[in-house]
Amino acid sequence: MSFLRKKVYACAGFYTVALGTGRKEFHPKKPRPGIEHYVKEAGLGAIAQIPHPEHIDEGIIGNFVAERFCHQGNLGGFFPMVHETFQYKPCMRVEGACDSGGLALVASVKTILADLADAVLCIGVEVQNSVKAVYGADYLAAAGWFSGERKKGHAYFFPDQFARRAGACFDKFGHERVRSGMAQWYVNAIENARQNPKAQEYHNVNSDLHATGMAPPNPRAFCEHINVFDCSKVSDGGAAIVFASEEGLKKLGIDKKDAVEVVAYAQVQDDITTPPPDLTKLTTCAIAAKRAYERAAIQPANLSVLDVHDCFTIAGILAVEAAGIADHGEGADFVKDGNTKLSGVIPANTSGGLIGYGHPTGATGVRQAVDVVHQLSGKAGGYQVEIGPDKPYGMLSSMGGNDKTVVAMIFTKSE
Amino acid sequence: MNLDERLQNVSVIGAAGKMGSGIGVLIAQEMARLKLKPENNDRVYRLNLIDVSEKAIDGLRVYMKTQLLKAAEKATGALRDLYKEREDLVENSDVINAFVDDAMGVLNFASDLDLAKKSHLIFEAISENEKVKIKVYKRLKKICGADTFFLTNTSSIPIGFLDEKAGLNGRLIGYHFYNPPVVQKLVEVITSKNTTTELKELAQDLGKRLRKKLVPANDISGFIGNGHFMRDGLYAIDQTDRLKGKLRHAGALYAMNRISQDFLLRPMGIFQLIDYVGIDVFQCILKVMRTHLGDKTLRSRMIDRMVKEKVLGGQYADGSQKDGFLKYEKNRPVGIYDIRNKEYFLITEEWKKRIDGKIGPLPEGFTPWRSLLMDAKKEDKLMAHFDKLKTMDTMGARLAIDFLGKTKEIGQLLVTRGVANSAGDVNAVLVNGFYWLYGPLNNYTE
Repeated sequence: MSFLRKKVYACAGFYTVALGTGRKEFHPKKPRPGIEHYVKEAGLGAIAQIPHPEHIDEGIIGNFVAERFCHQGNLGGFFPMVHETFQYKPCMRVEGACDSGGLALVASVKTILADLADAVLCIGVEVQNSVKAVYGADYLAAAGWFSGERKKGHAYFFPDQFARRAGACFDKFGHERVRSGMAQWYVNAIENARQNPKAQEYHNVNSDLHATGMAPPNPRAFCEHINVFDCSKVSDGGAAIVFASEEGLKKLGIDKKDAVEVVAYAQVQDDITTPPPDLTKLTTCAIAAKRAYERAAIQPANLSVLDVHDCFTIAGILAVEAAGIADHGEGADFVKDGNTKLSGVIPANTSGGLIGYGHPTGATGVRQAVDVVHQLSGKAGGYQVEIGPDKPYGMLSSMGGNDKTVVAMIFTKSE
Repeated sequence: MNLDERLQNVSVIGAAGKMGSGIGVLIAQEMARLKLKPENNDRVYRLNLIDVSEKAIDGLRVYMKTQLLKAAEKATGALRDLYKEREDLVENSDVINAFVDDAMGVLNFASDLDLAKKSHLIFEAISENEKVKIKVYKRLKKICGADTFFLTNTSSIPIGFLDEKAGLNGRLIGYHFYNPPVVQKLVEVITSKNTTTELKELAQDLGKRLRKKLVPANDISGFIGNGHFMRDGLYAIDQTDRLKGKLRHAGALYAMNRISQDFLLRPMGIFQLIDYVGIDVFQCILKVMRTHLGDKTLRSRMIDRMVKEKVLGGQYADGSQKDGFLKYEKNRPVGIYDIRNKEYFLITEEWKKRIDGKIGPLPEGFTPWRSLLMDAKKEDKLMAHFDKLKTMDTMGARLAIDFLGKTKEIGQLLVTRGVANSAGDVNAVLVNGFYWLYGPLNNYTE
């Protein structure tokens, strides 16, 4: 029996430009669109692809921490702005730190599975450039255990958490080896982003990305073991995608060939008050991927495309291992050898990922789904990869906190 | 008395000026850090920010808070460590605000010079007027303890001269910060033959504490920084006069400004720099140097005329640029002062294109100053840039190579006259204080 009690489809994916440093139109001192703009732009981008958006039954909005970045709560209230027929329809906001978008995907799919809706508009959104990075680091630290970890934590709390993982990997697997893999992850992210006009790093013209990726860290100014290029971006942006049952697709006027099927997902929660059992592994991500593969009855080798939560280059490498693509300790070499490039064995983070496209936290999981769906339906444009007949699957892995809240979701081309 | 002890009570005289306020920010942070050490719990720290202008003090209060906040934001990691025992301070914003409050807490704002009487360390950053400085030092000598040390921010007046006139007996040292002091790494340190060993050592300790690059200069008017800048500026003005026949005044001034910025790869053009410093300040420094060096060539009719017409450059309180040789919009030059008609000639695209056409193109592969600043291959690119310039037969290239030669000549003069101890010190001042990519004593002209 399939994990899903009925077929669920994803279609009409859309995401906005990831706005922040690196984009030519970004100026930190000039006015920028607010969070409501991104909800609306992403939602409108999705429903513009649907002949009958009035048949959308519900909205789900994924967002991490708008209360602090934007002084805005009650985000469901922006749902009716997207389309006049959404007024008085249900909408709720879900939160799971940087996996808020991933949880929004799951909440949408569950609503369809529960027969409570035939079509759900899933939106992810975050605006982070409203404050300086040093204060944004405070807000994002809420993804950890505030009362147990924050006081003794670093000024840049999460970069430091993953810097410790990088340090542990350096110690265990060799500094140069891991560092080279991290640098290659950075190179891939920027090269892919240059193919994606909406990516924050689209305008990047650095002629020696590898040298930049290898830049030595400056612990006095930032963190040990990682430099700022190892980090995902501070981004404003939104993403949206529609989930629908077969009946829902019909009502929306969407042909199955323009939709992608959700095969399985796994949502895994670890205890936020306990430290990671092994800094050189993303244990929770690995459990989520394993469950998703089992539920989909496929192997990692069946994937044509992968989108992981590379909030840091080291996270990208560990996520590839957690997805079962590379063995423990082999991820850095696997990446360094070009296996995750667009032309590689298993292209990963094809639109630039969190480092190249950007990381509007609450939008990220939804953006990942949009990219996997676009790849499987041949709509990825400049960064389209080949979807082999024996590998018709794509998977996303979305993570919140330090490997605490994880969603893995597998999609396949529609019949 | 060691530096820590002296830092318990400090005064900055001329605290509301652009240099004094910056020095105040640096010292306030250092004093706040000392105050927060557990062993200093029972000690009182006071930084007296003294300025004659009550109005300017209001602005200074706001400036101090803004700058201390910026400094705290940059030092959040260290501040988290400093406040690690304070359980109530958890987030970055908590420690940042606490530090700003603690630093503001050491400040006394006043217009009364006598408030400095208990200070063991006094920074003086008043206007570059030796009569006023001597008067202030004489008063300070009278009211302060006999062990008080004085650090003057003068950029041109010989330290020995001031010391002698005020009778400070070696308790004065030249400590020339660059503008803005909170950003610029360079401090020129000038000792007179009287400066005490204890003060010399303290100046070195303080420099390390403030994480500044200290470059020694000898006690000859103008020191290294202005010794070079004044002569550099005068050369550009002379060249502008010579070019008038070919390009008229506006074109000549535009050309020399552009050549110094783009062709010589400097952060700003020479006339923009004179405007930044202030044309009246430029004139004042020339006068000081002319008097003390007995060198009548250190004078410019053009500068005198601009000051007479009250076209002075300098900056507004918010840091934006006032009009001078150039007219500015959003800190970018948009016009050139026409001395004859006493009005600004506005730069149009068509005019610029015409003058640029006469100057000629930049060398192929030109990379602007900002891009080269962080370029790992900067040295190679600079060499290639100047090599190409030497082979180009254009007005711009010839003027640039001549200018490059002149800056080198000035640098050599500073060494041969004993203003600088070495070519390295000259280069260090221009690179660290003026943000040049290369020192004037280089091999690019060979």
